[in-house]
Amino acid sequence: MNTLLHMLSWLFAIILAPLLSGVINRTKALYGGRKGQPLFQAYYDLFKLLNKGAVYSQTTSWIFRAAPIISLSVVLTALLLIPIMGYRSVLSFRGDFIFLAYILGLMRFVTVLAALDTGSAFEGMGASREMQFSLLAEPIFLICLAVLAAGTGQLDLSGMIQSLWSASSPQTNAATFLLTGALIIVLLTENARIPVDDPATHLELTMIHEVMILDHGGIDLAFIEYASALKLWLFSALSIGIALPLRTGNPYMDFIIGIGGIFLTAVIIGIIESTMARLRLLRLPQMMIAAAALSLTAFIWVT
Amino acid sequence: MMTDTLLISVAILVLGGICGAFLSSSGRQGAFWGMAVCLAGALLSIIPAVNILWTGRTISYQLGWSIPFGSFTIAADPLSALFIIIISSVCAICAVYGVGYLKAYEGYKNMGVAWCFYNLLFASMLLVVMARNGVLFIMAWEGMSLSSFFLVMFEHEKPEVRQAGWTYMIAAHFGAACLMALFVLLAGSDINLDFNRMSSPSSPFMAGVLFILAILGFGAKAGFMPLHVWLPEAHPAAPSHVSAVMSGVMIKTGIYGLLRIIPMLGPPELWWGWTLLIIGTTSGILGVLFALPQHDLKRLLAYHSIENIGIICLGLGLWLIGTATNYPLIAVLGLTGGLLHVCNHSIFKSLLFLGAGVIKHATHTLDIDRLGGLQKSMPKTALMFLIGAVSICGIPPFNGFVSEFLIYLGGYTLVSNTASSGHAIAAGVIALISLALIGGLAATCFTKVFGIIFLGAPRSESAAQAAEASPGMWFPMAILAAFCIMIGIAAPLCIRMVLPAVRSLHHFPAAELTAKVFPLLSPISLVAGILFCFIIAVTLVRRWLISRQPVVTGPTWDCGYIAPNARMQYTASSFAQPVIDMFRYILRPQRHFHMEADDFPKQIRFSTHTFDLFRTCLFEPLFRLSDTAAVWLHRLQQGRNQLYILYIAITVMALLVLTVR
Repeated sequence: MNTLLHMLSWLFAIILAPLLSGVINRTKALYGGRKGQPLFQAYYDLFKLLNKGAVYSQTTSWIFRAAPIISLSVVLTALLLIPIMGYRSVLSFRGDFIFLAYILGLMRFVTVLAALDTGSAFEGMGASREMQFSLLAEPIFLICLAVLAAGTGQLDLSGMIQSLWSASSPQTNAATFLLTGALIIVLLTENARIPVDDPATHLELTMIHEVMILDHGGIDLAFIEYASALKLWLFSALSIGIALPLRTGNPYMDFIIGIGGIFLTAVIIGIIESTMARLRLLRLPQMMIAAAALSLTAFIWVT
Repeated sequence: MMTDTLLISVAILVLGGICGAFLSSSGRQGAFWGMAVCLAGALLSIIPAVNILWTGRTISYQLGWSIPFGSFTIAADPLSALFIIIISSVCAICAVYGVGYLKAYEGYKNMGVAWCFYNLLFASMLLVVMARNGVLFIMAWEGMSLSSFFLVMFEHEKPEVRQAGWTYMIAAHFGAACLMALFVLLAGSDINLDFNRMSSPSSPFMAGVLFILAILGFGAKAGFMPLHVWLPEAHPAAPSHVSAVMSGVMIKTGIYGLLRIIPMLGPPELWWGWTLLIIGTTSGILGVLFALPQHDLKRLLAYHSIENIGIICLGLGLWLIGTATNYPLIAVLGLTGGLLHVCNHSIFKSLLFLGAGVIKHATHTLDIDRLGGLQKSMPKTALMFLIGAVSICGIPPFNGFVSEFLIYLGGYTLVSNTASSGHAIAAGVIALISLALIGGLAATCFTKVFGIIFLGAPRSESAAQAAEASPGMWFPMAILAAFCIMIGIAAPLCIRMVLPAVRSLHHFPAAELTAKVFPLLSPISLVAGILFCFIIAVTLVRRWLISRQPVVTGPTWDCGYIAPNARMQYTASSFAQPVIDMFRYILRPQRHFHMEADDFPKQIRFSTHTFDLFRTCLFEPLFRLSDTAAVWLHRLQQGRNQLYILYIAITVMALLVLTVR
């Protein structure tokens, strides 16, 4: 029964995730003084894509067709591990965050292979950059979780986030504050947002994620877009769970606040995207190193 | 009875191997005889080893022969049994593959001798893990080094192979020298080299010296970072099934040696753990970093062996730190993770080396940038190689993840425990960061390897004409790939195989051990199962959706460019370039760019090389120095008989004067 009730957070994710990009785009539009696309545009796009046929390159193999399926399945599985504030996840076990980081690695692995499968130099370029930046983002993510482990003494995501602001020392709270900065950078990198990547343009040379999926179309593209939306939801839920210093003690209250918080994250992403330009590629490692420094400082603080 | 079977298996391998060398020097018979001997030996050794692991007993056997400084004692405890199973299964699988692989050399290579050394290598590895006497151990160890040396020299007519062979020889004997010193010092005053009669060293200083000797001696075989230089030379030179055995199991005997010797040195000290942890960090990160820019597939895989030995060392480091700081759970997590990674690495690394052999066979090249599109011409090999590649990156639900997960948990447990000292917390976080960085770099490297070799369009004529391997070659790979998946999904079951060995090294109550480790791993199987369900469901949805829609094929969209060709694809070098550039201070890549141009560019040449930092900056100057010293010694030994007679006369005179006085 309890598990079923916890499936609620998973259901919310799979239904509401595409709305996040609507919120981000609306924020950007308001910032730019435009009216903007409909809030539910992402849903319309997904339905349109699902009802399209497919064009496959002769160069591609089954890997190109399997990659969107595996990506989507990975995110659907990963969402089972994500708590929303004090509301526990469906599955939680010791070291679930390690599993989370590595299973997202599986998603990246197949996406990159699908890109290389096309034999196009553009997609190869995107794949290469994707690996370069995720290689830096992953250790930062795992250090962030080491900070939480050290601060709360827990080894599962639900336990960590539940006890974070309610039962943690002031030191830990201060460290968590630092952590938020690092986590935002990880979130922007993992989800291909400005200043790391630009999800809006189709000028292939400037891009990382978008150029990798250049050859996908129809149902495959729908799966990929949906998986990206779910991944954004996943990272937003984690970040807001860690960053928001609010615990009511009632899981259902926490759940409602958490859902609100996730949309707040989308607004923040929208603001970041409206106020910043994409960084030069060569500058990105420096930003990552700054994030690593932040998380290591937090770690030293907390221990 | 059980030890008898183990001894018989060694005897069969030695006798059968030697007979094979004389029976048939070339052709089919030699190969089949060699394989049959190997399979018989493997079968006879696996059965008792499984029994030992199952019952947790130790069996020992003392032969009526005498050996200097002790007795001819052979024993198998669960730790030996675990290594016996790994050695035997990988050797047997690679032997089956070897028959197909060596077919190309029939007629102009002596097959009998090649198989003889293969079986001798197998036999000596079994003896290494069963020997319980220092002299016997060293003899088996030398047998292992020598037989593998001859296997590396299989294509001795090529100068680079000879070069590789000598590098290996020097490294192996450096290690052996350290081990001899280690055993002599361990023997103590009554000079008995039987393992069970050696007493732990009297002073902590002595124990430290012995520990360092063990690290140097066994590290030279295992490939710890500055001593690794022979690996990237010897592995590409050897035939593929031999590289698979050497990289998959032979270097693990170094790990076995450490595990055997360290408990004999008395209670471990904290700095031992730190030493292993630092070795693990440097070998792991630098190993994978140097793998990234390699152009030769087998050389790249050799560097990945160094990386994986690093991961194993991280686990063992946590084991010693956990023991020294009296925190058994961390010790057990580190040790279990390390041992399981020994198994896992032997499986996926031999799988990858066999895959490399198939590629070499089909295309006659291992230069990654000349390959491409092999997925279409050799789909079976591609699938196995993919499974191996995903496993080595530690991605769930494959086996590499399980062992890394345990080591990660060891690190996180250290960090989260409020009672840990600052030292321990630092150790934990170093292990975590190294593992995360290694994981990311390995994923970069293997997306590159698989993507460039198997996907896209063929980059050369030979790659375009590749054909699928024969069943005799892909079937052994399929077995290894099945193991990768099985250990990944059924981790709690497979961990049973390792736990008895853990118990023999770390005295931990059996029930508690099972109760601690099992619950950690069962969720992984559960989530892996859920992932598979999702994959099936999503596949069905996709199939239903796409069945109503038109599906057409066309060329790859190249942003409007109409005449793309295979040379325009991203290459392995370009794929890895951004990461190599980030680490250029360590890797020091050398770029050669040459352009002929008048008004318009005519011809452009570009090549990159990355040399091994330790080879060029440490060992080459060192050996040049010894070369200079040798030249100086030449004055004494110049080949004139009269001079030698003079030396003898002087020596005799000197001795006379000394003794008469």
